[in-house]
Amino acid sequence: MVTAGLDVGFKTVKILILKDEVILGQTLFLAGYDVREFLKTIWDEFFLETGISPEQIARIIATGVGKKEALMAQERVTEVSAAAKGSIFLNSQVRTVIDVGAEEGRAIKIDGQGRVIDFAINEKCAAGTGAFIEATARALEVKLEELGPLSLQSTQAVTINAQCAVFAESELVSLVHRKTPKEDMARAVHEAIADRIVSLVRRVGLEKEVMLIGGLAKNVGFLAALQQELEEKVNVPEYPEFTSALGAALIGAGR
Amino acid sequence: MTQEFWRWTESRWTAGDRDWKSAKTITAGVDVGSVSSQAVILIDGGLYAYSNMRTGSSSPESAINAMNWALEGTGLSLDQIQYTVGTGYGRVNVPFSNRAVTEIACHGLGAHFLYGPTVRTVLDMGGQDCKVIRTDGQGKVTNFLMNDKCAAGTGRGLEVFADLLGVSINEIGELSLKVEENPPAVSSTCVVFAKTEASGLLREGWSKEKVLAAYCAAMSHRVVTLLNRIGVEPDFAITGGIAKNIGIVSRIEKELQIQALTSKYDTQIAGALGAALLAKALWEKGK
Repeated sequence: MVTAGLDVGFKTVKILILKDEVILGQTLFLAGYDVREFLKTIWDEFFLETGISPEQIARIIATGVGKKEALMAQERVTEVSAAAKGSIFLNSQVRTVIDVGAEEGRAIKIDGQGRVIDFAINEKCAAGTGAFIEATARALEVKLEELGPLSLQSTQAVTINAQCAVFAESELVSLVHRKTPKEDMARAVHEAIADRIVSLVRRVGLEKEVMLIGGLAKNVGFLAALQQELEEKVNVPEYPEFTSALGAALIGAGR
Repeated sequence: MTQEFWRWTESRWTAGDRDWKSAKTITAGVDVGSVSSQAVILIDGGLYAYSNMRTGSSSPESAINAMNWALEGTGLSLDQIQYTVGTGYGRVNVPFSNRAVTEIACHGLGAHFLYGPTVRTVLDMGGQDCKVIRTDGQGKVTNFLMNDKCAAGTGRGLEVFADLLGVSINEIGELSLKVEENPPAVSSTCVVFAKTEASGLLREGWSKEKVLAAYCAAMSHRVVTLLNRIGVEPDFAITGGIAKNIGIVSRIEKELQIQALTSKYDTQIAGALGAALLAKALWEKGK
């Protein structure tokens, strides 16, 4: 059986095609302005580029903040259940899933079947999300993908007092004026976000194994800060940003 | 050079009808905030001079600059001031102050002076925080609530919108009222998310005025929530920089169904004014 998982996020859209638990293809697109129109365009583009024929797809399942805009989907599932299902498939030992995207952060506690036991979400404040990293990259004039490796070179701890990403940006500017090394500031920001995420994890209770998914899982600096703060090893799958799309496709296949 | 849309108008004032030479007490208050700094000079407990300017990167320098500007042209010198109280976020860094006092106490006293003894609830909307202060008939604080963790409902949040829309922060209020019908408020609390939301609205073809109306409504709603948590007892007054934003003030008044008192002085001096009043009391007590 062939199913498609479509994860419509704030910043990116992920499409993944699954055939009998084998991934046939997966692509990430930067989200466009008119989500509905954009989804139609990339949907066609995706099949053209991968050579997969859309006719063979039995079910299309959408998830993510913009899932309602995916008119091609037969079913919609919550981000939490998609993340849980995708994570347990990738690693059957996972009991705590941490999902951090552009504008949301979540901690999800699951059982051995990938069923959701409890979860906590931050969707109100940018301080615990990828948006904070973007603001930092702007303030430090560093490319987004360079921020993680840069922070690992930090030799001294700097603390950012502000909880708010907007206030933190002004704090960073004054640190820049004081000639604070960029790597130390990058580390401070990753630690600040990790701090916020860990408080979500504590709310649901930490249970091993822990897996980090979502776009921020690709940031090695954030991963290091999170492991340090949790005092626990954190697993990251090979393609962390596709985990929820995978979960949606698995749900479509009746998993 | 990009235009500095966030730049607000600094101010300075001297009482034309008072002379410090015949004064028995000369006291001062300095409020070093995260965004603005003020110095207020009182002679015999009456308002004599004040300044309101941007805080620089150093708190001590900002305090000195504000004080020098308040003294400018008065013939009065710093060493003639008998007692000075520092307040605000940089209060411990006021080099010439005799004492540091928290801004909550100072705002209560300052508002009492600016708006009269009938004021019972003061909303202070500053650059990086927002506080609600309940006072008694003497300007003494009976209760307060403060948000200093989040940029929503603060001047910093407004600055972000001034930059986004390319509109001077001084004009935001007026422009936000130039809509035929009030749009729904911006739904995000977080300023970072609100900015993303507003960008989307602009792309949908909303005018700057309409976006500002939606953001001012969101900001007003946010502070009214804070106000209602502690309860609003009239008379009600707003201090701080955002008190000058008619778009936000009128929306708060409408939501509360209470008119805010007004003052002929700069609304940003409340903290420093309260500090100067305390300085007078402390000077007289110490004598």
